Amino acid sequence: MRLFNPLKQDRGGQLFLATLVLAMLLVPMLNLMLPESSPFHISTYTITLLGKYLAFALLAIAVDLAWGYLGILSLGHGAFFALGGYAMGMYLMRQIGERGVYGNPLLPDFMVFLNWDSLPWFWYGFDMFWFALLMVMLAPGVLAFVFGWLAFRSRVTGVYLSIITQALTYALMLAFFRNEMGFGGNNGLTDFKDILGFNLQDDTTRIALFVATALMLAVGYIVCRAIVASRLGRVAVAIRDAEDRTRFVGYRVEYVKLAIFTFSAVLAGIAGALYVPQVGIINPGEFSPLNSIEIVIWVAVGGRATLYGAAAGAIMVNYGKSYFTAALPEVWLFALGALFVLVTLFLPKGVIGLLKRRRAES
Amino acid sequence: MTLIRIFQWLLLVSLCTAATLVNAAAVASDDPLNSAAALLKSSSFKDKSKAVDLLSAHAGEQAGVVLEAFLDNRLYTAKADKRLVIADSRGEAYAVTDALTNEDLGRTAKNSLKIITLNNSLRRQIREALALSDLRHPDADRRLAAVNQLLDRPAAEHAKLLQPLLEQERDARVRDAMQIVTALGALTSDDVRQRLSAIETLEGNVHPAVRNGLAKLQRNAQDPEVLKKIGKVLESIESKLQIYRFIENMFFGLSLGSVLVLAAIGLAITFGVMGVINMAHGELIMIGAYTTYVIQLLLPDNIGASVLIAVPAAFVVSGLVGIAIERGVIRFLYGRSLETLLATFGISLILQQTVRSIFSPLNRSVETPAWMSGSWEINSALSLTLNRLYIIVFALLVFAALYLVLKKTSLGLQVRAVSQNRAMARAMGVRSEWVDAMTFGLGSGIAGVAGVALSQLTNVGPNLGQSYIIDSFMVVVFGGVGNLWGTLVSGMTLGVANKFMEPWSGAVLAKILVLVFIILFIQKRPRGLFPQKGRAAEG
Repeated sequence: MRLFNPLKQDRGGQLFLATLVLAMLLVPMLNLMLPESSPFHISTYTITLLGKYLAFALLAIAVDLAWGYLGILSLGHGAFFALGGYAMGMYLMRQIGERGVYGNPLLPDFMVFLNWDSLPWFWYGFDMFWFALLMVMLAPGVLAFVFGWLAFRSRVTGVYLSIITQALTYALMLAFFRNEMGFGGNNGLTDFKDILGFNLQDDTTRIALFVATALMLAVGYIVCRAIVASRLGRVAVAIRDAEDRTRFVGYRVEYVKLAIFTFSAVLAGIAGALYVPQVGIINPGEFSPLNSIEIVIWVAVGGRATLYGAAAGAIMVNYGKSYFTAALPEVWLFALGALFVLVTLFLPKGVIGLLKRRRAES
Repeated sequence: MTLIRIFQWLLLVSLCTAATLVNAAAVASDDPLNSAAALLKSSSFKDKSKAVDLLSAHAGEQAGVVLEAFLDNRLYTAKADKRLVIADSRGEAYAVTDALTNEDLGRTAKNSLKIITLNNSLRRQIREALALSDLRHPDADRRLAAVNQLLDRPAAEHAKLLQPLLEQERDARVRDAMQIVTALGALTSDDVRQRLSAIETLEGNVHPAVRNGLAKLQRNAQDPEVLKKIGKVLESIESKLQIYRFIENMFFGLSLGSVLVLAAIGLAITFGVMGVINMAHGELIMIGAYTTYVIQLLLPDNIGASVLIAVPAAFVVSGLVGIAIERGVIRFLYGRSLETLLATFGISLILQQTVRSIFSPLNRSVETPAWMSGSWEINSALSLTLNRLYIIVFALLVFAALYLVLKKTSLGLQVRAVSQNRAMARAMGVRSEWVDAMTFGLGSGIAGVAGVALSQLTNVGPNLGQSYIIDSFMVVVFGGVGNLWGTLVSGMTLGVANKFMEPWSGAVLAKILVLVFIILFIQKRPRGLFPQKGRAAEG
């Protein structure tokens, strides 16, 4: 198993995967086997919340792959995440069938509301799960490929690249807000009923979604680790540290960038597809530049170029967000803003970097 | 004896004639008003319409007063003595005057009055009647307004009515307007020659009434010569209108472009000259806008002056915040542009939330001073709103000032020196840290000034800055980093392009298309329209 070889030296990764497997086993057990009165019982609500965090963790790993190992600070990964989410949302929308408010067997509610009489061509095929899954990967993948092909070939780098990725997600947000686009406009896609025939509100479906997300996170981590340890990954790091030298040595820098950037976008799309059935809604707000830049801070908090650090950062920051927005909503933006400033000033390598330094000192 | 008799006769006759004459005079002045008053009290609108005709034919000063009061729903009958009165609300009570004699009748309660109702056709009739009486008004502006009102509803009678007035008219503008009305009237005349000369008079006039009148004639006329002439004149009017539409679009585009330039030009300094990505730039604009708001709160009686005071005040406030950001955070991150981006983004969140906590998350509206509101009407097809006009001028002034500061002052020289070669500048004795702080303060202050301008166009809210940050970056990157002229050209270009696309694509799609265009453009020319040349460009 060459795929698992890199894990042998990866202590952090081993710990991360072990925790993940433990969670996959323990969380459903604590939910199903313990009575609700037990202090160790985990409610279904909590499971969905954890599932959401794990989807974000997968997204953070995708960003870390591009930023930590390739040096591309993408401020548009939220767009790939949202595209994956929309592809899944369209499948879930088609599954509603006649149970919508207007009871139209073919058209989703918002199309009936807009007086459309037929399904737009890009909605065809989304009633089949395998097609939706394909689109979850293809839509962000193709966008990233085309965008990257244009950008990397003309050697747009550094800050410029960051700014145009931000413009990309901004433009997509404006586009998806339009009703005429056929993606539900302002309200997005919601009111989902079931997935693959299982009711989305059922406890077991939610547990299954949680386990699927955790499994996907583990797979995503292992594949990313394998890429990083491969020759491709080592060239990527070389590009990150000295792009011109790598080019002079003879590597086709743009192809390496394109491959990793596209893979990262696909991973982000999968994360989005796992996120949508758990939260039950996808709307154009997911494209907002603020969301994309928040992902970057998860990675920065956890520690970039570690992969597991990015995942840990995503979970930590989102736990903080859930806590603050419920308890002290006024404080959340202050806290997030301060996090941006403090992490960049004092924790350039994130929490993981801090832990590593502690260990090295002791 | 006979002589005496004849004399007596003569005396009697003359006395009688005098008496009838006096009597006749009394009837002539009183009767129209009185009989109109009687008709107005009737419940039938037909009678009221007759009354309006009587009053307008009478055209005395009092008749005008009555008609105006009628139009404003201020004409009543007193229930007690059935007198026709004009009443003005004074809080609870009504101040009443006699409509016919202008005699002050003191105050009375509302329920002792009965309003005289009117309908839309009556309203129109009154307005026209008033306009006709205004045609003889000594004030030329009043006359012009009256003629223009006739233009809105062209009719053949108007032409007849104006003919005698036209000969007496001395004011050129009023004469022109009157000639158009008479020409419009002559369009419907039976005489072909009169029609042709009327069409000639109307050539090149862009008033909608002219176009409608000609188009109507085009549909009805049979004479081939008339038709040909109309076609030609309409074509020339159409092409003129097209030019005006183009000018109007250009104007809107330039004003949008000025907003973009104002928002981006501070960024052109901090990003272009210093190489610092300041994501909090939008929030510095927002702080400038809130400064305007606060100054208006402090000077509620002096809105006009408060905007002028706000310009330097916003410069100082935003500039100081900017210097604080530079000294507190950015100076530790020089050379690490991606980290700067993240840290300043954090600052932008903090600033937004601070403003939200202090001023509430709701939008605040800043009042526009009187000298900035209204519009400059060039002709009936083209009018430019003053606030947008001022914004264009203001943007150019700010640009010129900034350009002079960078090119002609010692601070500008030092800024350019540090941006080109920091180590060498330091070796020559330039305090680079001080220059950094000043440059950042300058860029931030300009952002604040942009905020003052924006507060005149949109509502002021905590999210004001966020909506401009991406646009600002696009402008700077499109124009070429480190190049003030590039920022000016690209801002104006993007503004104009946006406005010209809007009619056929809609505002949102136009914006998306512009964004996509810039994304593609950067792929082609990564360093923008006007790339910086020299060694510094390779950094």
